[in-house]
Amino acid sequence: MNDTPPAQGPLGRAPGPGPTNHTATLCTREPMRLDSGGELGPITVAYQTQGVLNAERSNAILVCHALTGDHYMQGPHPVTGKPGWWEIVVGPGRVIDTRRYFVICSNVLGGCLGTTGPREINPATGQPWGLGFPVITIGDMVRAQALLLDHLGIDTLFCAIGGSMGAMQVLQWAVAYPERVRAAVPIAGSWRHSAQNIAFNEVGRQAIMADPDWSGGDYLSEGRVPRRGLAVARMTAHITYLSEPALHRKFGRKLQNPTGVSYGFDADFQVESYLRHQGASFVKRFDANSYLFITRAMDYFDLAAAHDGVLARAFQGTKTRFCVISFSSDWLFPTAESRAVVRALNAAAARVSFVEVTTDKGHDAFLLDEPAFHDTLSGFLNGLAEQAGLPPAPEDPS
Amino acid sequence: MTPASPTGAIRYDLQLIADMVPPGARVLDVGCGDGELLAHLSITKQIDGRGIELSMAGVRAAVGRGVAVIQGDADTDLRDYPDGAFDYAILSQTLQATEHPRDVLANLLRIADRAIVSFPNFGHWRSRLQLLTLGKMPVSEYLPHQWWNTPNIHFCTIRDFLLLCRDMGIVVERALALDEHGRPRSISGVGPLANVLGAQGVFVLRRSTRA
Repeated sequence: MNDTPPAQGPLGRAPGPGPTNHTATLCTREPMRLDSGGELGPITVAYQTQGVLNAERSNAILVCHALTGDHYMQGPHPVTGKPGWWEIVVGPGRVIDTRRYFVICSNVLGGCLGTTGPREINPATGQPWGLGFPVITIGDMVRAQALLLDHLGIDTLFCAIGGSMGAMQVLQWAVAYPERVRAAVPIAGSWRHSAQNIAFNEVGRQAIMADPDWSGGDYLSEGRVPRRGLAVARMTAHITYLSEPALHRKFGRKLQNPTGVSYGFDADFQVESYLRHQGASFVKRFDANSYLFITRAMDYFDLAAAHDGVLARAFQGTKTRFCVISFSSDWLFPTAESRAVVRALNAAAARVSFVEVTTDKGHDAFLLDEPAFHDTLSGFLNGLAEQAGLPPAPEDPS
Repeated sequence: MTPASPTGAIRYDLQLIADMVPPGARVLDVGCGDGELLAHLSITKQIDGRGIELSMAGVRAAVGRGVAVIQGDADTDLRDYPDGAFDYAILSQTLQATEHPRDVLANLLRIADRAIVSFPNFGHWRSRLQLLTLGKMPVSEYLPHQWWNTPNIHFCTIRDFLLLCRDMGIVVERALALDEHGRPRSISGVGPLANVLGAQGVFVLRRSTRA
């Protein structure tokens, strides 16, 4: 079991600083080359760090966020005021112990919380980029992260960790910069986006583009927001993050009004009300065009494509240690996809560990209190840290 | 997480297998449990180890020890490894629980130059006696399951195993018959006595095509 230290307050000797949020301006001299052939620069990258980088610069962990995530691992979130998305995992005394590691999470390229994306102003026009933003890839996101690490003076990552689209970035890191990644933990991810997932993304994009307030992508300069379209996109996607048993356990066929149905199209069922709430709160914190660009980047992701469809070749000669984790009830990124990654890593004679965590929480299990997952992750990191000679975190004075 | 004692003693039969592995070898332990043997070997002999384990608890414990282990089983996951990926493949007390023992053996010797295989000997005199006197499938401290709930679906005797090896052109480099406490008996591991007195057999195998 993991200790659960107080969330705030002094912890042990030499506690690392809590979360600090920063922005960096990169590519000021020459623009960044994009996979599409285009160029982008200078770019701004917003990021959060927790903990202290050691003198050897050997304890840095990069956390890669998912499609609608951001760099606020620890809150409060600047828009919603809510806790950060991975407070349960990252922090002093937690699974990713910030008394031991220096943890970095950056808002992805194309995002909407401070990093250069379609919501930001295009310096060439003085208007928001909108659809004029270049189409980016997971490879471009990772390139921007590598530039950020250069900027921070970090040559090698102790570990790259991420769930869902974050897992794609982690795998991309391991393939594009094998010598810069000691260990990689792709969680609930895949080496390529499946046809079903492209299909779901397309439904979301079409919902956004069918909203008249989207205005061909120019809603920001027209002072409009495609709330309905973006909310429907979120509602659809949200279903894929859960599982049938989890939905049933939470809502069943329970009604909003226990006296009966309305014989109308209001949200009679609690599950409808829940989804509407998810959609409505999402549009307050996320940009519709960012959603288009980031889902597109996921669709284009295919690590085997550049290697004649043979994934193992992407990992040839890798020295990185992998810990692949999947969740049994995840039908968006099912275990079979993680197993295919493991198979390829085995074929490349990589050092790989793999666990399928048994849970009914679906894809989102990586964001939730899932002790078997947390034990696996902390076990892997502890074993790695011992072998790397990283000093253990100081004990709590209690 | 309780870290494993780095130099602590390990189970006797595992120590016996550990002694057969040369330093620095590339080792795959199939059915590695909590990674005890691999962790021990990587500390004492600096091997490059990998494990396969069916149970999530076992995998988690092994990962926590710093062992590279994947959740899977011998029947389905061995085929993913390329030829000659390892120097040694270890299959300890698992062969009798596989669905296709012959395929498993063939795969072990495809992906590794040598295989170390151990299994309970169904030809042990106690098993014979139970079958002869009671007319029932043997149940003992070492084979604790009833016939209807045993995971051991392909029991064999040492003699059966040696016949299969001959049939598959597998060379038995070393053979040990162990007593009920996991200690080697001072008899030939391939002789008729081993099949009666050995509670389990431990074998070092290699392909006949290799010198």
